[in-house]
Amino acid sequence: MSDVIIQGPNVAHAHAGHADHHDHDHHEQHFITKYIFSQDHKVIGKQFLVTGIIWAIIGALFSVFFRLQLGFPNDTFPIMEKFLGEWAKGGKLNPEFYYALVTMHGTILVFFVLTAGLSGTFANILIPLQIGARDMASPFMNMLSYWFFFISSVFMFVSLFIQTGPASGGWTTYPPLSALKEASMGSGLGMDLWLISMALFVVSSLLGGLNYIATILNMRTKGMTMTRLPLTIWALFFTAVLGVLSFPVLFSGFVLLIFDRNFGTSFYLSEIFIGGKALPHIGGSAILYQHLFWFLGHPEVYIIMLPGMGMASEILSCNSRKPIFGYFAMIISLTGIAVLAFLVWAHHMFVTGMSPFLGSIFVLLTLLIAVPSAVKVFNWLTTMWKGNIRFNVPMLFAIGFVSLFISGGLTGIFLGNSALDYHLHDTYFVVAHFHIVMGVSAFFGMFAGIYHWYPKMFGRFLNPTMGYIHFFITIIGAYLIFWPMHYEGIAGMPRRYYDYSAWTSFNKFEGLNAFISIVAIAVFFGQLLFVVNFFASIWRGRKVTTQNPWGSPTLEWTTPIRPGHGNWPGEIPEVHRWAYDYKDDGNGNDFITQTTPLKPGEESH
Amino acid sequence: MSGTLTIVLILLVFIIVYQIGKASEYATILRDEAKVNKQTNRLMAWLLIAFFVFGIWGIWECHQALKGRLLPPSGSVEGVEYDAMFEATMWVTGIVFLATQAILFWFAYRYQASDKRTAFFFAHNNKLEIIWTTIPAIAMAALVAIGLKYWFKVTDDAPKGHAVVEIVGKQFNWLIRYPGADGALGARDFRKIDDANNVLGLDWADNKTKDDIVAQNGEMHIVVNRPVKLVIGSRDVIHDVGLPHFRMKMDAVPGISTTLWFTPRYTTKQMQEITHDPNFVYEISCDQMCGKGHYSMRGTIVVETQAEYDKWLAGQKTYYAETHPEAAPAAPVTEAVADTAKPVVSK
Ligand code: HEM
Ligand SMILES: [Cu+2]
Ligand SMILES: [Cu+2]
Repeated sequence: MSDVIIQGPNVAHAHAGHADHHDHDHHEQHFITKYIFSQDHKVIGKQFLVTGIIWAIIGALFSVFFRLQLGFPNDTFPIMEKFLGEWAKGGKLNPEFYYALVTMHGTILVFFVLTAGLSGTFANILIPLQIGARDMASPFMNMLSYWFFFISSVFMFVSLFIQTGPASGGWTTYPPLSALKEASMGSGLGMDLWLISMALFVVSSLLGGLNYIATILNMRTKGMTMTRLPLTIWALFFTAVLGVLSFPVLFSGFVLLIFDRNFGTSFYLSEIFIGGKALPHIGGSAILYQHLFWFLGHPEVYIIMLPGMGMASEILSCNSRKPIFGYFAMIISLTGIAVLAFLVWAHHMFVTGMSPFLGSIFVLLTLLIAVPSAVKVFNWLTTMWKGNIRFNVPMLFAIGFVSLFISGGLTGIFLGNSALDYHLHDTYFVVAHFHIVMGVSAFFGMFAGIYHWYPKMFGRFLNPTMGYIHFFITIIGAYLIFWPMHYEGIAGMPRRYYDYSAWTSFNKFEGLNAFISIVAIAVFFGQLLFVVNFFASIWRGRKVTTQNPWGSPTLEWTTPIRPGHGNWPGEIPEVHRWAYDYKDDGNGNDFITQTTPLKPGEESH
Repeated sequence: MSGTLTIVLILLVFIIVYQIGKASEYATILRDEAKVNKQTNRLMAWLLIAFFVFGIWGIWECHQALKGRLLPPSGSVEGVEYDAMFEATMWVTGIVFLATQAILFWFAYRYQASDKRTAFFFAHNNKLEIIWTTIPAIAMAALVAIGLKYWFKVTDDAPKGHAVVEIVGKQFNWLIRYPGADGALGARDFRKIDDANNVLGLDWADNKTKDDIVAQNGEMHIVVNRPVKLVIGSRDVIHDVGLPHFRMKMDAVPGISTTLWFTPRYTTKQMQEITHDPNFVYEISCDQMCGKGHYSMRGTIVVETQAEYDKWLAGQKTYYAETHPEAAPAAPVTEAVADTAKPVVSK
């Protein structure tokens, strides 16, 4: 840590006091406690990120396999047999394994990458740094959160290698399909492992979420009032609240499913004849599971979305050299989204036979959520208006984030209207909708965040040329893949089909499916470019030489270039102003750090 | 061998791109960094606007290429209203889409960094917030109003005089049952199911089952212009009766029965003319993941005139007669109920 230079008028140089957090106390830390069982939030954040990246590669690779099947149902790909063995005998995916791949792709991307990999990473790295804390409220719990995620990952990973294959009922794993071993091969041991893994995952995210909330509420540095927080922190706060309140419901749903599978209960099972015999179960409700699942499932999509929203807000503002427009409106709309996120879950269930009246309430509440979403978009646009925009890589990704959020949010308006969902449900329209908004847009938020905070994480920059290439490949590819899918959905093409050749209504999209598959594979390699950049730059990236490379007012840039455990040598700086004072500081800078005291006569924001 | 070659090639490409990236980074430092950054900034602004322009062009091209592959005109009377509503929503969202994307990319281009300007410090404006909260709220309210009107209509009871057909999903095909001459579906019980001679578990103790007709080939016959109500069930896991040509679908859930109704507007033959496709058939797709054969769970619907339907019906045997050959001739004919429109429930 000797390359640390602290400058600036408000950062104390004092090396006295706070011996317990002083960085040279940690010099002789063992490798294991420093990098593996670390309790340093920054290291834990990186652990989440690296694990997330590894999962993302696996999940994306799976999509390459099933896109090969979808795009070229009549061809064989011997290379698949190399990877998948029995499951792709002769280079042709077996239908059962096709469904297993789709299920794993969804589970991995939604939970392991875009939940753990995204909010796990950025909540960890940003919360203490941006609120001015030495670490999380409970660093130990924080470490546990990662390790529960790790064990959960191990279970999921193991399930890929068992003889009957991993779970294959879709990432939503609806019973009775997922409850009955007779119903599908993946509903055997693979499903048990899936449930164990997901239960551990819930534990991980609760441990993490409670910690994030406690930290944000209690550990802000002096002067850091809630209304001076950067929007990233607000977004991560609501993310954690959503998770803490909804994951337990999912957990209860899983517990009942485990009981139905193993202990003969009938929570979800009723009047079933399968495998040549009538089962004894009577009186359960298959739909109950869907209520429990989507009570998490919908907040979950916002758990994925909010961190991206927060980071995009931060990055758009920083690179437009302008304060975020409508800071309070942004907080209110986040609050609105967080509250409404709990009240719309049944829009995934309009056609389950649910009471039409109940459905109509959910229509109303669902379309209501479009309002705060729209407010956020308008505020982002106005943030760029009359700015002085720097197009570095994070900024491009933030702009892409907004573009994709608009595109995907608007199709939500179709789906949220039960009358239109009546036809569109479970077609490729839904696939297009959620991939654009949750898949790609959230990924863009994440990429923006990684490119922006990489210098803080590793003390080096990612290579910008590769970043630019990565950006254009990804945004062009994403639109090429998902835009035409809307047409397939409008034509009624169902999702989760292994082969459309036998369907006269849908086989006319064969050419389009091939096109989509080719682009998807190209985009996959485009992402590997990012992976190469990410890992190579850890050791070979250009070194960060200034403390505040992006000229940002927020606190994380007042720490040393490579902060040690405890983040600030000496005292934690005091905060005097909000996070968006992009105005002339009188010394030729176009921003004023949060640590700068108000000038005489200057009003606080 | 070619596999390894591909992998080597791909690796090579990555290394080259990485080297180019590094080289340009060093070059930037060697040349005047500030100047290079300015050039890059301008380039990116151009690329973004180009992306937008090509994107809009691409959307247009995509539409031209694919619009011919969308569904033919709605096969149901209700679907006509659906299509109108879809179009209205498309207009609303389409306008918002174009406007916001255009603003996004235009601002990006217009306000690219320049030494001549400084950013305008503009932190909030309550009037603007109120405007852009209210306008979407009103637009949403309008869409909800149109939507719910239609929703309540199609989820309400089927109009008087409707026919009833039962459709039951199982892994991996559809079983279809017609109520027969009495117009009523007899009781069924999943414990009586037997794949050899009672696929639906009809309760023969209930006389109403005796004239029911069961089709196992997944082909459903219905009469044009007569509302038909589908009583939907499942034998095992959740399936979904998807009727893309009629613009609706409904889950088939074990343990409960769901319904859906519509009024077919064109016979299959008429639709063949409309689409200029002599092979056109109305298809029933399973729209809920139900296991390995999900993608093959295909049914069809034949929409025909009353006369054609009657002729077809006359050729059908009751399921009772089919499975009880010794009880022939024919099923006991319960006195035909004239009004087949009477509400009929399977239990
Ligand atoms: C304007 C706001 C939005 C509305 C009105 C909306 C509405 C809907 C509706 C009604 C569905 C169910 C469609 C169906 O299954 O038939 C749906 C599906 C979905 N939405 Fe959205 N949505 C919105 C924004 C979002 C956002 C921001 C995300 C994610 C970050 C998201 C992620 C998803 C996902 C993952 C699914 C599909 C889940 C599945 O069935 O596998 N949506 N959306
Ligand atoms: Cu939802
Ligand atoms: Cu199915």
